[in-house]
Amino acid sequence: MQKSIAQLRIGEHGIITDFDSSVIPLKLIEMGCLPGNSVVLIQKAPLGDPLFLNINDSFLAIRIEMAKDIFIETSEE
Amino acid sequence: MASHTIKVALIGNPNTGKTSVFNLLTGLHQQVGNYPGITVEKKMGVCNLPLDFKASILDLPGTYSLNASSLDENVVIELLMNKNDPLFPDVAIVVTDVENLKRNLLLFTQIKDLEIPTILVINMADRMAVKGISLDIPYLEEKFNTRIALVSSRKKIGFDNLKMMIVEYNALSTKPCLNASSIDVPYFDSLRKAFPTQSLYKLWLVITQDVNFSKLDKNVVDTNNFAKPNSELKRLQQKETIKRYQYINDVLKVGRTIDVAKASDLQSRLDRILTHKIWGYVIFFGILLLIFQSIFDWSSIPMDFIDETFASLSAYTAENLPSGVLTNLISQGIIPGIGGIVIFIPQIAFLFLFISILEESGYMSRVVFLMDKLMRKFGLSGKSVVPLISGTACAIPAIMATRNIENWKERLITILVTPFTTCSARLPVYTILISLVIPKTRILGIFNAQGLTLMFLYMLGFGSAILAAYILNKILKIKGKTFFVIEMPNYKLPILKNVGINVLEKTRAFVAGAGKIILAISIILWFLASYGPGDAFNNADNIVKANPKFENATEHEIESEINSQKLENSYIGIMGRGIEPVIKPLGYDWKIGIALITSFAAREVFVGTLATIYSVGDVDNETTIKNKMASEVDPITGKKIFDLPTGISLLLFYAFAMQCASTLAITKKETNTWKWPVIQLFLMSGLAYVVALLAYQILK
Repeated sequence: MQKSIAQLRIGEHGIITDFDSSVIPLKLIEMGCLPGNSVVLIQKAPLGDPLFLNINDSFLAIRIEMAKDIFIETSEE
Repeated sequence: MASHTIKVALIGNPNTGKTSVFNLLTGLHQQVGNYPGITVEKKMGVCNLPLDFKASILDLPGTYSLNASSLDENVVIELLMNKNDPLFPDVAIVVTDVENLKRNLLLFTQIKDLEIPTILVINMADRMAVKGISLDIPYLEEKFNTRIALVSSRKKIGFDNLKMMIVEYNALSTKPCLNASSIDVPYFDSLRKAFPTQSLYKLWLVITQDVNFSKLDKNVVDTNNFAKPNSELKRLQQKETIKRYQYINDVLKVGRTIDVAKASDLQSRLDRILTHKIWGYVIFFGILLLIFQSIFDWSSIPMDFIDETFASLSAYTAENLPSGVLTNLISQGIIPGIGGIVIFIPQIAFLFLFISILEESGYMSRVVFLMDKLMRKFGLSGKSVVPLISGTACAIPAIMATRNIENWKERLITILVTPFTTCSARLPVYTILISLVIPKTRILGIFNAQGLTLMFLYMLGFGSAILAAYILNKILKIKGKTFFVIEMPNYKLPILKNVGINVLEKTRAFVAGAGKIILAISIILWFLASYGPGDAFNNADNIVKANPKFENATEHEIESEINSQKLENSYIGIMGRGIEPVIKPLGYDWKIGIALITSFAAREVFVGTLATIYSVGDVDNETTIKNKMASEVDPITGKKIFDLPTGISLLLFYAFAMQCASTLAITKKETNTWKWPVIQLFLMSGLAYVVALLAYQILK
């Protein structure tokens, strides 16, 4: 099964491989969320959602619901 | 040399310090639009340049790209697409943050493709050493076909250089830096053939953006046989963005080096505390407490001073100007009316000060992050926190601040419930009523009962907003993918000058905007209260003197009886007594009724109205508004008008009622229909009536 950003552990790195382009807003892509770019989960909000990420040197937060649609590859695989 | 004004537009992502750059270029020579308390789209300023040149600088709203997703961003595109717009710039300045260069450059490449002469400003250059960043400026200038000004708005470095570049704007290349049309060659080829005179990128924006363009009509461009469906266009926009990033990455790989070892992790340590599951909330509520403390407590000192100053000014003019109608208008109408707005200044300034510091420092995004999940349970977004907090200053900028909430349902609910939060216009009403009806006793030795009441009213405001949101969330059937992206900018120490200018500008706009309404209403009120129809008004002297009850009364007593007779039979008195049956069950007399009616223009008018009504014909006219209200008694029962039941009933009425014409107008503007403002007006005011009625009837 493909891993998504929602499955990252805090501090874990990944590389974005693909996303469901029909649901991912252009704005997120403009913020640097593109295949090939790196992503790190910096922190989860106290209630577990949203996620505070470093994507391609941009610091941003997205909800888990959307994070599930962004697929990644982590170094363990 | 003849001076020529160069038109400059400042463009940039949010959080790049664009406003600091604007402030440094223009100083205090700024003009802001005319809505009360609003961050208006168009901010202009004048900048003196070397060699006798001048520039008029337009600060455009922050935008992430030319793919508009908000009204603010539309403004940017519409201006940059329209060469005939009088504001169309001779030169564009794109402001970027050296730490977020990659993302900030996306917008730069789009602006370059519009073939406008463009200067690239790389701001926060003072951070380069700390972050271990070094840039090869000549290489970047060559690759991007532009000139680069490395500046630091915090340390005020690099601005002379930037000003010189503006002077020499004619030498800038207008060559685009990448050719976006390669994302779909056949499509763009046919586009080129159909419109050979237009720039391809402009055509592309016309097709993909939902904004108004004067010359190129979207429908004309769309009616081609090669037109594509929206889903296909969206895919192409994604491809375009990816291509731009590839280009930027390639250039930066050579032109920028980062020594990772030097990058400090102060940011992440701060974030670990400020977004901690316990400390995060503790700190947030501590900050809220501090804000309220300053509004309730610290600002009372200058407020009392202002109140007394205006009262004595009023008495002074009445004594020293030649007596007559004009003097009366000034001392009884205009001065108390203005006093009713000036008294706000300390509280408003404190509120804007804190909101501005929270936003400048980057902390506001952390609050959004902390609160999102919690707020979603009520149909709101984490981003609703910002409008709800700034709603304590004024609902108008707060409702405009909902524009960055992506989900329409969450945004609509936020717009609808924001007016419940206790805005600063309610404060004077609350303050004066509380001081009249709530004793100053201490509870548990530390808490002042008056302060607690005010605190309770704020909680009531937030509570009703949240509850209303919860109900609306259940009722409204609007579907939409909840999508939520927020930038978490680096923490920065707020720049004093930015905060200062912001506070000054917003307070000034508020006072000017609200002042106009209040001034106009005070003058109208004064006329209505000083003139009346028929015998009962015009012959009040003789009627009172003929009354055997006043046979033995002193001169002074007779005079004040005449005045109150006149007021009661003046135009305003007649109107007030007309609505008395409706408001009597709430415990209000006709004078309060007048104030209630005028407050539907704006709540803060309440105090000014009462001030004007009580001042008209007041023989001595030197006590403060508060003393006048305290000494009002019911002419029949002899009981105080502002007693506990009436006071509480009024407080609750003002807590819920939708009394602000400007808020209704902005709701209409933001929701694009009269449906929502009308619902707001009737539901909120109806609720206010019922709650005030219950409170009065129970306490009576």
